[in-house]
Amino acid sequence: MELSHQLLQYLLSGLSTGAIYALIGIGFSIIYNATGIINFAQGEFVMLGGMMTLFLLEALHLPLWAAVPLAVCIVTLVGLGFERLAIRPLRNASPISLVIITIGGAILIRGLAMLIWDKDTHAIPPFSGDEPIMLAGATLLPQHLWILGITVVLISLNKWFFNHTISGKAMRACSYNPRAAGLVGVDVRRMVLLSFMISAAMGSLAGIIVAPLTMTAYDVGIMLGLKGFCAAIIGGMSSGLSTVIGGLILGVLESMGAGLISSGYKDAIAFIILLLILFIRPQGLFGKPESERV
Amino acid sequence: MKKLVMVCSMAALLLCSATMALASGTIKIGGLFSVTGPASFLGEPEKKTLEMLVADLNAKGGINGQKLEAVIYDTAGDATKAVQLATKLIRNDKVVAIIGPSTTGESMAVLALTEKEKIPLISCAAGIKITEPVKDRKWTFKTPANDHVAVEKILQYAEKQKQKNLAIMTVTDGFGSSGREQLKAVAAQKGFTIVADETYGPKDTDMTPQLTKIRGSQAQALIVWGTNPGPAIITKNIKQLGIKLPVYMSHGVASKKYIELASPAAAEGIMLPTGKLAIYEVLPKNDPQYKLLKEYDAAYRKAHGVEASTFGGYAYDAFLLVTNAIKTKGATPAQIRDGLEQTQKLVSVSGIFNMSATDHNGLDLSAFEMVRITKGDWALLK
Repeated sequence: MELSHQLLQYLLSGLSTGAIYALIGIGFSIIYNATGIINFAQGEFVMLGGMMTLFLLEALHLPLWAAVPLAVCIVTLVGLGFERLAIRPLRNASPISLVIITIGGAILIRGLAMLIWDKDTHAIPPFSGDEPIMLAGATLLPQHLWILGITVVLISLNKWFFNHTISGKAMRACSYNPRAAGLVGVDVRRMVLLSFMISAAMGSLAGIIVAPLTMTAYDVGIMLGLKGFCAAIIGGMSSGLSTVIGGLILGVLESMGAGLISSGYKDAIAFIILLLILFIRPQGLFGKPESERV
Repeated sequence: MKKLVMVCSMAALLLCSATMALASGTIKIGGLFSVTGPASFLGEPEKKTLEMLVADLNAKGGINGQKLEAVIYDTAGDATKAVQLATKLIRNDKVVAIIGPSTTGESMAVLALTEKEKIPLISCAAGIKITEPVKDRKWTFKTPANDHVAVEKILQYAEKQKQKNLAIMTVTDGFGSSGREQLKAVAAQKGFTIVADETYGPKDTDMTPQLTKIRGSQAQALIVWGTNPGPAIITKNIKQLGIKLPVYMSHGVASKKYIELASPAAAEGIMLPTGKLAIYEVLPKNDPQYKLLKEYDAAYRKAHGVEASTFGGYAYDAFLLVTNAIKTKGATPAQIRDGLEQTQKLVSVSGIFNMSATDHNGLDLSAFEMVRITKGDWALLK
């Protein structure tokens, strides 16, 4: 086994894990930009995506192509419900109270998932087989291609939405200055609601595409949520390309660290990066202190 | 005067309740299981098994003509709570023996109390420290086999296959670090070389980096130590990377759930040591445990609709050990302790128990079988 083959394998593994972190991270940033709070229930949207798909596949015997969009829709509704029931009634609360509410909401969602479904881990079948694909000495699964492909599509859609649609532009306006946006006729509350829906949808899709590789259970949201949060911090809470790069950097460093240094330090690497960024460059790796944050 | 009346009536009441307890002739045993919380996968089947066995025993007329009553509390996996509940069991419920707790941490906390109170404790946790050193554990027993029994079983087999260079990959929790310690110790003893020593987190989702590193090493076999879902992900990763090494798993994944999670195709050829409950269907019909395992599984399925688990089996063992001790020696805590220590050839779920003054677990290598996963099912290895 040559070192270059090993390095390529670490890189590919890191990129596909990083893509998932990026999708979750963007969910964090969208809500942060619309409301100024960190939504710690983001990881639970990811879990719900996987568990809901599993439920639709196993209990209702839907085919995969129907179960996936349906699961995304249901989780989007959960995101909507979460905003209406937990965030909107307290619109004038301080950000710290809202953050604590999202933590409470996360525990509630996790508990409900455990009661409604069960405590076991479950596997979702891969979207298109599990025959490994050889690539210059490294191997990939078809599911990795799905992950990378869906991430690229989602991020392009995201970019288009924020730059070329009225709603997207309105959301950006809210993030610059909610008061001014309100004065020119943007319905700020509707934008907040929309941000929760988009985040829930992206989170759930991340949870679904990763489930065939990593399995799913009622408690997978915690760690994935934290890693997504790291990605968003590295990207300076931007909902654009820098969070994506943040996620990819995190994934690759984790994988290289585990392979070249020691696997015991894998999670430590992620959190050391998080701390370093918060101490040294709180505006993110690529941000200028007062940058555009959408 | 008033005071005197009160004292008298209290005394009368006490006397009444004492005689009532004698008259009803119930033997009370305690149960401490983590029915909720992170270790609920252990506590839940343990509680259900104990309840089922007690009801069954009483329906058949009890034990030496007396009814058995199990007082079961939920510790939620919390050591402090476990000690409080153990105190309650001893002081208020006046139990003669305690079955549980479910985890090693809780057992270590509770055994300090039960040793002092001289109440037999039959732990359902695997940690070797629960019953070692035996001279300080006069009142403490445990039913799961020690981890090093599983380790020896694997290494014995690897030795026969002439696999000298081993890669190990262990999870960074209690189960994994105990396994890693034992693997390194027994491997050194038996003259193996560990050429790669990797770990992974219990919530990790991709282990290809560690496996890539192992692929680049001189290992002739890989031993993975963990409980689901980690080993299932590793199994998938091994297939993805096309690693052709022989792979051993620990007894921590000895259930059909693992094969289902990893998919039968990826799990094909994986070898592991397992208690006999998981594989009783492929045991020879003359195996001494066969009949008991089959009946337990059938009864558990009938009562709860799911297959019996190894963990419920630990409570089964403890119940059988206690009732056997009561039958042979008597129902005071001291008699039960002596009975437990003198248990010989007791056929149960986890194995055949032979206790002694120097062994408060009583299981040896025969408690495990080596199996190979073939077409999604177990095949015995000889």
